[in-house]
Amino acid sequence: MAEWKRVCKVEDIPQLGARVVRSAEGDIAVFRTAQDAVFALRDKCPHKGGPLSQGLVHGEQVTCSLHGWKLRLDNGEAVAPDVGCARRYPTRVEGDAVFIEI
Amino acid sequence: MSKPHAKPRLVMVGNGMAGVRTIEELLKIAPDFYDIAIFGAEPHPNYNRILLSPVLAGEMTVQDIVLNDHDWYRDNGIRLHLGKKVAQIDRVRRVVVAEDGTEEPYDRLLLATGSNPFMLPVPGNDLPGVISYRDIKDTDDMIEAAQRYRHAVVIGGGLLGLEAANGLKLRGMDVTVVHIGPWLLERQLDETAGRMLQKSLEDRGLKFLLQKQTEMLVAGEGERSGRVAAIRFKDGMQIPADLVVMAVGIRPNTALAEAAGIYCNRGIVVNDTLQTYDPKIYAVGECVAHRGVAYGLVAPLFEQGKVAANHLANYGIGRYTGSVTSTKLKVTGIDLFSAGDFIGGKDTEEIVLNDAAGGVYKKLVIKDDRLVGGVMYGDTADGPWYFQLLKDGRDIHDIRDHLIFGQSLVGDVGHQGQNKAAAMADDAEVCGCNGVSKGSIVRAIKEKGLFSLDDIKKHTKAASSCGSCAGLCEQILSATIGGAYTPAASDRKPVCACTEHAHQEVRDVIRRERLTKIRDVMRFMEWKTPDGCDKCRPALNYYLISTWPQAAQDDPRSRLINERAHANIQKDGTYSVVPRMWGGLTTPAELRAIADAAEKYKVPTVKVTGGQRIDLLGVKKEDLPKIWADLGAAGMVSGHAYGKSIRTVKTCVGMEHCRFGTQLAMDLGVKLEKMLFDMYAPHKVKLAVSGCPRNCAEAGIKDVGVIGVDSGYEIYVAGNGGIKTEVAQFLVKVKGDEEVMEYSGAFLQLYREEGFYLERTCHYVERVGLDYVKGKVVEDAENRKALHARLLDALRDAKDPWAERVAGVEKQEFETLSV
Ligand code: SRM
Ligand SMILES: Cc1cc2nc3c(=O)[nH]c(=O)nc-3n(C[C@H](O)[C@H](O)[C@H](O)COP(=O)(O)OP(=O)(O)OC[C@H]3O[C@@H](n4cnc5c(N)ncnc54)[C@H](O)[C@@H]3O)c2cc1C
Ligand code: SF4
Ligand code: FES
Repeated sequence: MAEWKRVCKVEDIPQLGARVVRSAEGDIAVFRTAQDAVFALRDKCPHKGGPLSQGLVHGEQVTCSLHGWKLRLDNGEAVAPDVGCARRYPTRVEGDAVFIEI
Repeated sequence: MSKPHAKPRLVMVGNGMAGVRTIEELLKIAPDFYDIAIFGAEPHPNYNRILLSPVLAGEMTVQDIVLNDHDWYRDNGIRLHLGKKVAQIDRVRRVVVAEDGTEEPYDRLLLATGSNPFMLPVPGNDLPGVISYRDIKDTDDMIEAAQRYRHAVVIGGGLLGLEAANGLKLRGMDVTVVHIGPWLLERQLDETAGRMLQKSLEDRGLKFLLQKQTEMLVAGEGERSGRVAAIRFKDGMQIPADLVVMAVGIRPNTALAEAAGIYCNRGIVVNDTLQTYDPKIYAVGECVAHRGVAYGLVAPLFEQGKVAANHLANYGIGRYTGSVTSTKLKVTGIDLFSAGDFIGGKDTEEIVLNDAAGGVYKKLVIKDDRLVGGVMYGDTADGPWYFQLLKDGRDIHDIRDHLIFGQSLVGDVGHQGQNKAAAMADDAEVCGCNGVSKGSIVRAIKEKGLFSLDDIKKHTKAASSCGSCAGLCEQILSATIGGAYTPAASDRKPVCACTEHAHQEVRDVIRRERLTKIRDVMRFMEWKTPDGCDKCRPALNYYLISTWPQAAQDDPRSRLINERAHANIQKDGTYSVVPRMWGGLTTPAELRAIADAAEKYKVPTVKVTGGQRIDLLGVKKEDLPKIWADLGAAGMVSGHAYGKSIRTVKTCVGMEHCRFGTQLAMDLGVKLEKMLFDMYAPHKVKLAVSGCPRNCAEAGIKDVGVIGVDSGYEIYVAGNGGIKTEVAQFLVKVKGDEEVMEYSGAFLQLYREEGFYLERTCHYVERVGLDYVKGKVVEDAENRKALHARLLDALRDAKDPWAERVAGVEKQEFETLSV
């Protein structure tokens, strides 16, 4: 059963940056946009498994650090012409606390 | 029309290549601005007219060449009136009226009516079987005629005529090309190349009648009565003709504009913002006369479209100032390229290479040390390169000796030079990084209607990684779509899809407006995305820091991972650490510290690098600050084996030990590396110092290479040992160490201030020319000293980024969270 878990405070994630969350399911990357929206994806690029947390965040996308695929943060899908998807985890911000549903 | 309208209405007349491209550009920058309606006289959605030739030749189908299908119009909310020819523009009521009575009111009108083929005014030109070559209908007519008749005559030996003749021949007809000029393609080729072309077309079975004037077209008799049957010339000669294709030129289609009282003079006259004399009415494409020129190739029309879109969107930036064009004949198997002024005149010089037996002819026309035109036949691989030199107006003085032999002889052994695009098999690999074959690139160009290198990168991934195949992709593009491909001048290429602005403009604005923040640059230059992308943010970050070394703050979030983590990411997500070894020198104590660290952090691989130091590969990110701390405690600094930074100064043992050494190479190498510590640049920077001309440190392929000689040092710049090996060029000879530091520092500072992001010194020097660099660094002593001083000032408080992180800077980067 998936449950909501508190992972950190919003300010623990740099704006336009990411943090890695170690979980029983493997690493999860949590991103924060310039508008302070928080998203979470499995930290594994659908291309060759690169860690998405190490990418560069822009708008609501992250560019993977290894070969430059762009993935949408809101649903984990690769931006055309690339095809693929990283698993998305629902996120919620309460006050300054960030929760992920795992 | 009394109902108030929420959005202004834009109506376009002419649903062809230039017009629809303008609408696409408009939708990109102002998606919801207008309510749009389009009239097209042809019954088809916008298609790639230039690919009618491969359709005729049987290499493609009409379906393949559609650029914008019906869904595109619908998805963008465009009302499309197909098969409706606009008959009248009522400028008072601001309404256009089609022949069938359909009306659309407008606030802005865009005319893109293209041109009409010119029909020779000879008797019989209206007989059935006499056609032009312009649209799908003409192409269908030719394909049908080829099934039923035998003799085809094409009047006109220009690009269009030859492509028509080639197609009809491939469809089994007996084809004669009639041409009034002294040789084929006299507007694109000089006589020698024209004759070579004729010879190879004759080898394929085409017949030619040159300098022949048509007197009349003769109708058939009996069962053929009413259809054309023969062509007669002024000299009395007559040959059979069941199909006559007129390809003798085009005339801008201005009838509609003229009837509406809009000023026309060999085209609808427009200004630099593509406005006609009626400010509410714009015009683009072949129907237009801009500064007295009407263009008949798509590349300039697309440039017009971009400017028109910008003004239609009320942005008001950008002016169209005319284009230089190049052409390429799209007959499979024949390689022909010409650009600019290739005939030349009194004030020009020519370089010619003529290998009649080998079937290769090249001619370059040069004026004031600049390339102004060229023709190539048989081997056009370097066409795009020459064309780029021409558009850039680059001073070619320093490469003149080798120019005619092409880019590969100007120092390129990358695979761009080895393979000639045209000769490559379809399954040959073009992009080694992403495994993309020539065939899939050609397919994408045709099916997806790609016109630029960027399109190719996006749709096929080719050239999107290391970029070494970019030149090859450009060749393939130019071979596939002919003159429709025009590279932008290097200094006008947009930084990325987030902006229209080029690197140079960005640099200029940052300096002029004294901008110090990425956000401010984006706002000032009207970036199209809220916070850029992985291409522009690192570039802007660099430009700010290199322009305002003290005032601008580094933005770690605009650095790619290696520069952010200060180590090199690897395929499994671990990192490598490469402790600095100044000038390649180390000590037993340092080696011991490296060995201890490797054991303590269970480093799986220890390797000697090509840069004279030791690489610890496979370090976990959390361990990075710890391993740096241990190395620091042993007196070592980690090294940049990543990033757009100073990498290594490679040295040989030099006079310190070597029996041939003439200078202290190790000593100078260490001094240089210390001077440049932590230097950030447009791309990575590598140096080498050799103690004598035997050059064991390989100074000939470094960004700055120093070679000791008995009387001092020779300094070489802009070498590169990477993707495309470039031999460094001689800059200057100096006497002592201090001068080496000053000259090389000044050169690197010039590059730091003027280089575009991701341009290595070899690319920078190729763009500006070595003479320019010498002018700034060698000839102007005062400027050299000022450059050197600015470099030292920028590096004044260089920090040790690893020690900073050991001390806790950007701590979160190295810590994981858990649940
Ligand atoms: C470690 C090393 C290979 C080795 O084991 O010897 C190396 C490793 C990498 N090189 Fe290199 N290069 C290494 C020497 C070279 C050399 C030789 C030299 O420096 O003498 C060259 C050719 C010389 C030159 O640069 O002109 C070289 C030309 C490149 C290029 C092509 C650059 C170009 O402008 O054409 C790249 C790609 C890039 O930088 O964009 C590259 C990129 C890379 C990267 C950083 C790729 C990446 O972004 O991940 C590699 C990191 C591997 C890893 O997982 O850590 N590496 N690379 C060498 C480190 C030297 C050092 O101590 O700093
Ligand atoms: C066979 C062939 C090969 C070519 N090869 C090349 C090449 O290799 N490289 C290159 O750069 N160029 C090439 N060209 C030229 C290129 O196709 C043209 O330059 C380009 O299509 C011109 O674009 P345009 O929008 O101005 O005109 P068009 O594409 O001709 O579009 C104009 C449209 O407006 C419509 N129209 C006109 N009047 C009205 C009206 N009153 N109401 C409604 N609709 C109207 C026309 O029917 C037409 O569809 C080639 C052309 C042909 C025919
Ligand atoms: S180390 Fe250099 S040459 Fe080797 S695979 Fe990596 S980038 Fe390519
Ligand atoms: S692993 Fe992400 S782009 Fe290749």
